[in-house]
Amino acid sequence: MKRRRTFNSSLLTTILSAVGAIIIGLFIGYLLLLITKPDRAWWGLQRILTIGFSDPNKFAKVLYQAMPLICTGLSVAFAFKTGLFNIGATGQYTVGTFFGLFAGIQWQLPWYLALIAAMIGGAIWGAIPGICKALFNVNEVITSIMFNWIAVFAVNMAFLNFPMLVVDFWGKSSIGDRTPVLADANASAVLPKLGLDELMNSSLVNIGIFLAIIVAVIIWVLLQKTTFGYEIKACGYNRDASQYAGINAKRNIIYSFMISGALAGLGGGLYYLSGTGQYTFLKVLLPAGFNGIPVALLANSHPIGVIVSALFISYIQVGGDALQPRFVRENIDIIIGVIIYVSAFALVLKLWFEKLFVKRSMSAVSLRDDDAELPPPDEPKGKDGDNV
Amino acid sequence: MIIGDILSATLIFAVPLMLVALGGMFSERSGVVNIALEGIMIVGALAASLFLRYVDDLGIGKDHAQLYMLAAVGIAGIVGILYSQLLAFASIKLKSNQVISGTALNMLAPALAVVVTWNIQGTAQTTILIPNWVRIAPESLGIATDNIFTTFLFKSLFLTTPIAFVILILSIVFLYYTKTGLRLRACGEHPQAADSVGVNVYRMRYLGVGISGFLAGIGGLAYTLAAGSGFTSTVAGYGFLALAVMIFGNWKPVNILLASFFFAFFRIISFYSNSISFLPKFDTLVSGEYIYLIMPYLVTMIVLVLTSKRSRAPKAEGIPYDKGRR
Repeated sequence: MKRRRTFNSSLLTTILSAVGAIIIGLFIGYLLLLITKPDRAWWGLQRILTIGFSDPNKFAKVLYQAMPLICTGLSVAFAFKTGLFNIGATGQYTVGTFFGLFAGIQWQLPWYLALIAAMIGGAIWGAIPGICKALFNVNEVITSIMFNWIAVFAVNMAFLNFPMLVVDFWGKSSIGDRTPVLADANASAVLPKLGLDELMNSSLVNIGIFLAIIVAVIIWVLLQKTTFGYEIKACGYNRDASQYAGINAKRNIIYSFMISGALAGLGGGLYYLSGTGQYTFLKVLLPAGFNGIPVALLANSHPIGVIVSALFISYIQVGGDALQPRFVRENIDIIIGVIIYVSAFALVLKLWFEKLFVKRSMSAVSLRDDDAELPPPDEPKGKDGDNV
Repeated sequence: MIIGDILSATLIFAVPLMLVALGGMFSERSGVVNIALEGIMIVGALAASLFLRYVDDLGIGKDHAQLYMLAAVGIAGIVGILYSQLLAFASIKLKSNQVISGTALNMLAPALAVVVTWNIQGTAQTTILIPNWVRIAPESLGIATDNIFTTFLFKSLFLTTPIAFVILILSIVFLYYTKTGLRLRACGEHPQAADSVGVNVYRMRYLGVGISGFLAGIGGLAYTLAAGSGFTSTVAGYGFLALAVMIFGNWKPVNILLASFFFAFFRIISFYSNSISFLPKFDTLVSGEYIYLIMPYLVTMIVLVLTSKRSRAPKAEGIPYDKGRR
């Protein structure tokens, strides 16, 4: 009884602190709009908050952009559970993209096999910082950042060395600066749409969003209901203690990073196998991987929460696109930045909230508990809490 | 004269790396992991670029070029300090996860820079051009760049270069030969012990992060000058590279100097790979030049793995100090 109560209040405070962070972020975003164009600020805020639901077509875009975000968010969240910071999701995403498109176009495989290839690619790239951390004790943040850049350059070069993977091979374009339209190269590699496109009047929507949600549920089960998940979390809480208890922490770090990488790779696979985006050979890191970080933080690394927070981030990004050209879309990035900044210490605020709640419920619970004969630990404080 | 060109380009790219890595060193030596260096660089460079642009628009810049340049360096540093205090406040006062707060500041900075640039320069004007009078022309010093040595030092010289070396010397003196420097280092190794002898750990950490903000802000300006095409709301990952340089330099000023030159050299080689005749061209591959782009990152990683045994990070870095848990 007691346990359930604290669990509920902890979930509640987690949600409350996330919502608090979002409100502060939106408020600062609004202030910024007010400073830059006072007469248009209210219009801008309304646009950010309503455009995603205004039209099925827009909502399809929200789902479409949420799909890779769920995957990269899960990737970052999963690593967090092992006490690791995977800032390399963007590199794993990029390598996953290459593997997925390579399987789909070069080998002409159907979409489900191409997705598996994307996951393998991400897992390989994720294994590198894992191995460097576990065996050589090199900080995973540095390794991930280095391998993000290596991924971009290596993937661009790899694409350019397989003529089939470049758009000009298929004759639709003379400049080979991106990958081909997937439907031209291999129609069976495009994710099925199941009539959703007609329903929502948008070519962007496909089964990918459902796949991403299913994967999130699988990750939740893996973390919550399996021994492996338990070991992973134990490593995250206290590496030395878990090692003392007989858990192979080094192995778990590598596995955790591989799974994390596979999830990010899946994100790249889903996005580019949708058939609507073409990978462009630029020398920049893709933002989809970095945006997994706010998604994971906002969800407090909870796999189911990741679904919700990815939808939210995607929603306000679609809103941000609708701000142009009156406002720059980067206003949304500022809102997201403020949200993470606040949610970083929202964890501390959460503890503070939790104390408040636990104190309140404590006095109520202890009256009905079996061990009621024991004096309530801090009764006077509990009473104060009730009065507040 | 290609060797002279390469050396001079190495120098100009090593300067921001060294400045920012030194900044990271101060922060980490006081116990705070500063992953926000990238963001601080951007904000510092933004402020300084806007200042230089403004002075140029007024038409007064040319007359006292280096005086205004010095002011720009000061502005970059001060804005860097201000921005870094956001990290300090969250991670010291509110005991947040330092890496997460730093990441937030890194996401915030480029977005902020784009918004500010658009609003000041007008829609879609994303580049702040740096006036060309900021460069110290070798002719004005009466020096001809006719041998390798003078080319290396004077071919592309900005005020930030001599300032960076003065800062390097001051850093060494401060860190190893002053009382405050010793206290700062103690806070990164064993804050509880430092506290028990009366050192204010929180104040030392604010100081450490503040110095890192100052140096990263100047480093941002130095990068923008080195990149040459004006400020475009990015420093292309140099803040993160500086973190690698700092680790590679084992959190020690002189090693950081050497590490930044090592890294800058490999980067410059990738720029010049086509014009250096003795380098392999990888002609069997399409776009073989990518191999040279990968090289500096790969070399850094290999070095980090090989030296990881000797690597000695400050023991208490990344852990918020809680007085109650002494």
